[in-house]
Amino acid sequence: MSTLDNSYVRFQNVRKTYDGEILVVKDFNLDIAQGEFVTMLGPSGSGKTTCLMMLAGFESATQGEIYIDGTPVNNLAPHKRDIGMVFQNYALFPHLTIAENLSFPLKVRKLSKSDIEQKVKRALDMIELPQVAGRRPGQLSGGQQQRVALARALVFEPKLVLMDEPLGALDKQLREQMQYEIKHLHERLGITVLYVTHDQTEALTMSDRIAVFNQGVVQQLASPTELYEQPANSFVAQFIGENNKLSGKVEKIGNDRCVVSVEGCNVQALPVNVYQSGEATTLSIRPERIQINPENDFDNRFDARVLELIYHGDHMRTRVELMNHDQFIVKVPNGSRPLEIRKGDLVQVGWLSRDCRALDASSGQA
Amino acid sequence: MKYEAITTSTLVEPPLDIDARKRLKQQLRQAERWNRSKAFLLVVPLLLFVGITFVMPIIEMLHRSVYDPLVADSLPRTVAALKQWDRQQLPEEAIYAVLAEELVSLQEQHELSKVAGRLNSEYSGMRSLLSKSARRLSRKDTITRLIDTGSVRTAMIDIDQRWSDIAPWAAIKNLSSRYTLSYYLAALDMRYDENGEISAQPEQRQIYKTLLLKTFAISALITALCLILGYPLAHLLATLPESRSNLLMIMVLLPFWTSLLVRTTSWIVLLQTEGVINDVLIHLGLISERLRMIHNMFGTVIAMTHILLPFMVLPLYSVMKNISPSYMRAARSLGAKPGYAFIHIYLPQTLPGIGAGAILTFILSIGFYITPALVGGRSGQMISNFIAYHMQTSLNWGLAAALGGILLAMVLLLYSVYNRLVGINNLKVG
Ligand SMILES: Nc1ncnc2c1ncn2[C@@H]1O[C@H](COP(=O)(O)OP(=O)(O)OP(=O)(O)O)[C@@H](O)[C@H]1O
Ligand SMILES: [Mg+2]
Repeated sequence: MSTLDNSYVRFQNVRKTYDGEILVVKDFNLDIAQGEFVTMLGPSGSGKTTCLMMLAGFESATQGEIYIDGTPVNNLAPHKRDIGMVFQNYALFPHLTIAENLSFPLKVRKLSKSDIEQKVKRALDMIELPQVAGRRPGQLSGGQQQRVALARALVFEPKLVLMDEPLGALDKQLREQMQYEIKHLHERLGITVLYVTHDQTEALTMSDRIAVFNQGVVQQLASPTELYEQPANSFVAQFIGENNKLSGKVEKIGNDRCVVSVEGCNVQALPVNVYQSGEATTLSIRPERIQINPENDFDNRFDARVLELIYHGDHMRTRVELMNHDQFIVKVPNGSRPLEIRKGDLVQVGWLSRDCRALDASSGQA
Repeated sequence: MKYEAITTSTLVEPPLDIDARKRLKQQLRQAERWNRSKAFLLVVPLLLFVGITFVMPIIEMLHRSVYDPLVADSLPRTVAALKQWDRQQLPEEAIYAVLAEELVSLQEQHELSKVAGRLNSEYSGMRSLLSKSARRLSRKDTITRLIDTGSVRTAMIDIDQRWSDIAPWAAIKNLSSRYTLSYYLAALDMRYDENGEISAQPEQRQIYKTLLLKTFAISALITALCLILGYPLAHLLATLPESRSNLLMIMVLLPFWTSLLVRTTSWIVLLQTEGVINDVLIHLGLISERLRMIHNMFGTVIAMTHILLPFMVLPLYSVMKNISPSYMRAARSLGAKPGYAFIHIYLPQTLPGIGAGAILTFILSIGFYITPALVGGRSGQMISNFIAYHMQTSLNWGLAAALGGILLAMVLLLYSVYNRLVGINNLKVG
């Protein structure tokens, strides 16, 4: 197939059901280029692990085809796929030492003893844990186990590595450290990575592209910037980053501008998922794009009342009541000229119409 | 170096010095003392129960296996007189006289048969020899006259030629001490010979060594069968979804809910010559002659394997249940074929379960009694059936106790070997 030329991994119309009743994955399509870092992001139970397991060969696709490097792999046994895999709970073999764990894939591949020794040593150096070679997994800390699991998935030099929430069990500081290191390894080794997480910050900081999952459907597949700046629907807007949403009805619609009435106020917005007047819609505005006492060129400005102020160091999280909506959040940067506002103050808030996206009304459930 | 920032911020306190550590330990001990005595009080009833019903009987049994006062108590003067005897030639007239007197008085008190029976197990024919002599000595002449004329020896040899042999005397002397190893020797097909030395039993009287070996072989076979049958079953149980594995588990446990006797009897119904299985096989034309499948070793092995299977499955299940399927997946993703992954990753992790199941099954089967007694016939008898025989029929409790002692020693030995190899702490039963 000609379209496979530049894609290393390809899911084509893949569907999956476990019980014959519920489709856990619905019509999944994904192309991953060689060397790319793609993340699947989504809430619990959305089918991320299932997709990963189908790629690794532990679950079979109910329908559709999966290709690796141009060859269909639906009927290929897992051990023949040459995929490195990092499991959520690490799955280090508890009865083997760290060195034996690392040499397992090499022994299976019948490498010579000296080769194995050398590679294991190099892998341990890479994760900066040369001293743990003789220990059992149970004698390592969570972070160390995590690094060993990573080394084990890489030691036999697979071209494709799958990681299923590898950092889920680590504390925040260590998690950030490891994110950085995984990213680094990815760049240095030029491997293709398919990564699963339900932590959106992790996804945003690590990935070349992100596939946002919900209920077995990819909601949007795009780069982190695009995902954040231009969410395609209200689920993505809500799931990635913080978001204010206002429900309303389209009054007037033009090419790059529409007017939406929310509780009797007319809001200028950018039409994304709306096509005609009279349609219901959800407006999505990022809290950091809203100003209190806005500048002159802001084409949306409304009266609001300050309900709550929370100090966050670099910014002040301000909750205001606006258009009968009391969960409206504004992030006020802690600049050199801080704003003097107090709880109960009446203020004006405003935003630019291009920062206010008129999305679909339906999936506003998140 | 990258992690320095983390480690330095989390490590703050310097390690305690020795004194401080000692004090800390003492405080800990004090704090725990109350807890410990509370725990002890809680188990006192159990300890008493176990002590009275388990430990004391075992001690009593071990004592019985070496304590044999019968001959020393019944024939005290003969025993004393034989002390100086050198086993080289027949004892002197005086010793014959002492024995004759004691035999007669035992006969009068109706106490003779017990001693005679005990001596008979040492030297066969002794029972008849003693009772015959006692009868004749007390009837024909008054014993005093014989003693006066110094002709007891001739008279006794007259009564029975065997008194001209040293063997009956050796038998009495061999059994004359209160504490003896003779039961253990008998249990291992050995005995004290006429010279008072340990030697093997005559060929035709050797049964226990082969019996012990057979018991071990049957138990090993049953253990192996249980493992072969139980391992896949336990694996299935551990990997099936809860709803279905529960049902299967109930079926595994079902045997526990029916009486052992009922189960064993139903095996008789199935396996006997006129039984269901033979009928079916004949009907299908697979065999032309009915097979003998019960009242032999085959029957014992089949029925006991069935009965002991849960003891293998349960420990295996509890170990397998805790092995995450991701290990096998990890092994497969690292390039291992299913078989290789099983042998190198799954199997080693189930070893504690295999060990526990095997040791449990084996120990239970070497002491098993009812099933071999009911379906074992002659060839399917095990050591415990002989223990029961000596307890109930031959009333040779000393030998029964010695056989039991040997069984106990074997189990302990097995346990310590297992401990050496695997470590008892790795035993996982539930
Ligand atoms: N082996 C299975 N049998 C039946 N249903 C399953 C099985 N594995 C997963 N499911 C179902 O499939 C759906 C998707 O599961 P999956 O594990 O792919 O979610 P996930 O996105 O990885 O979630 P999480 O973030 O919690 O790991 C869930 O509703 C789950 O209940
Ligand atoms: Mg998952």
